[in-house]
Amino acid sequence: MADDLKELKIELSKNGIFTTTLEELYNWGRKNSVWPLTFGLACCAIEMIATTMARYDLARFGAEVFRPSPRQADLIIVSGTVTKKMAPQVVRLYNQMPEPKYVIAMGACAISGGPFRDGYNVLKGIDRYIPVDVHIPGCPPRPEALIHAFMTLQKKIDEQALAGATRPRHLQKDLPSEFPVPEFGEHDLEPPQNSSVFHEAAGNPLKVIQ
Amino acid sequence: MALPSPDEIKAQIEAGVPGASVTVIRNGSPAAQHSLLLDHAHAAAVAGFLRDHREWRLDYCSLVTGVDWPDTETSEKIKVKKLVKAADGTESEQEVDEVRKTKVPGYLEAVYHLFSMEKKHGPVVLRLRTGNRSDDTHVPSLTPVWRGAEFQEREAFDLYGIVFDGHPDLRRILMWDGFRDYPMRKDYVPPADEIPHIEVQATGPEAHA
Repeated sequence: MADDLKELKIELSKNGIFTTTLEELYNWGRKNSVWPLTFGLACCAIEMIATTMARYDLARFGAEVFRPSPRQADLIIVSGTVTKKMAPQVVRLYNQMPEPKYVIAMGACAISGGPFRDGYNVLKGIDRYIPVDVHIPGCPPRPEALIHAFMTLQKKIDEQALAGATRPRHLQKDLPSEFPVPEFGEHDLEPPQNSSVFHEAAGNPLKVIQ
Repeated sequence: MALPSPDEIKAQIEAGVPGASVTVIRNGSPAAQHSLLLDHAHAAAVAGFLRDHREWRLDYCSLVTGVDWPDTETSEKIKVKKLVKAADGTESEQEVDEVRKTKVPGYLEAVYHLFSMEKKHGPVVLRLRTGNRSDDTHVPSLTPVWRGAEFQEREAFDLYGIVFDGHPDLRRILMWDGFRDYPMRKDYVPPADEIPHIEVQATGPEAHA
């Protein structure tokens, strides 16, 4: 929106006239009714459950409706260690969610493999196969951290333009909404990462540091 | 009644199961948890004998695990008499040190811990050894004796490659069926990662201090 239009909008609101754009209204609705998938992998899931209960009350953010089916969900919280045996199922669940859809990688394991990184059956971060919107470090992250991640995601949704080159993936016809499900290979998952999603530097702390 | 010493158990097994040969493997640590090495041919019979023994009643197999003993190489210095040419061309017999290396082949081991629910005592530790680590990795299954050993023997098969003969359903349990490696073996090499952990550690705060 052009700056003079924004000023006009502020000016009008001072005089008791509310104006909005379709984009703002649409994003306002979307960000306040994010429905996560009922999906937990390990100890982080316990913190995720705590976040939804009375003390932390994720319902304040419009996200209390955890859906038991990926067809009705638009957020997958990857809460816990993703084993190589589980990784294809996680990707398949994500593929089954309708667009627009978002991913929060919760905890050290989901973002990098965490303390189990060198384990023979541990995926070194779910961002190898699906695009992650918000990463939360922590082992496990406290409910406050998940709420912070959730607010970060809401902010991201709110700022998404519905037109133009920066519009989100679900509004661009040539971008995929499904991602290849890895196969079980003889020694590892095939392929070990989806290079269209996973950027080498992200998995390589040396390159980030230097 | 408490369990007798391992030597007493060995004596009773060999008396009760004809032909069985049991070796007592000493544990030198303060725990002194000695174990019994069974021969393959009589392992199931010995297991049945221990389970049904009137006084011991070892009716509960609490643990089955695998152990990998890799091939080792020992070197020892020995004195050998040899003809040695001196600088002036004369030959004389002298004692020379020579290093002799011997390869000790490794093996895989299945370890069973037995307790008695009825008599409230234990453990008795049993061991079964494979011939080597490559082509003779068979041991007899004790699942027909203790049904609870089924999943744990599958786990030892999955992670160490110990093949349990007589197991009712020997498949991988943790890794997928098409997986070819045995990840808990000492010589397992995980799939190449783009960055070894040791290099990441070298960039930590200590490295910059």
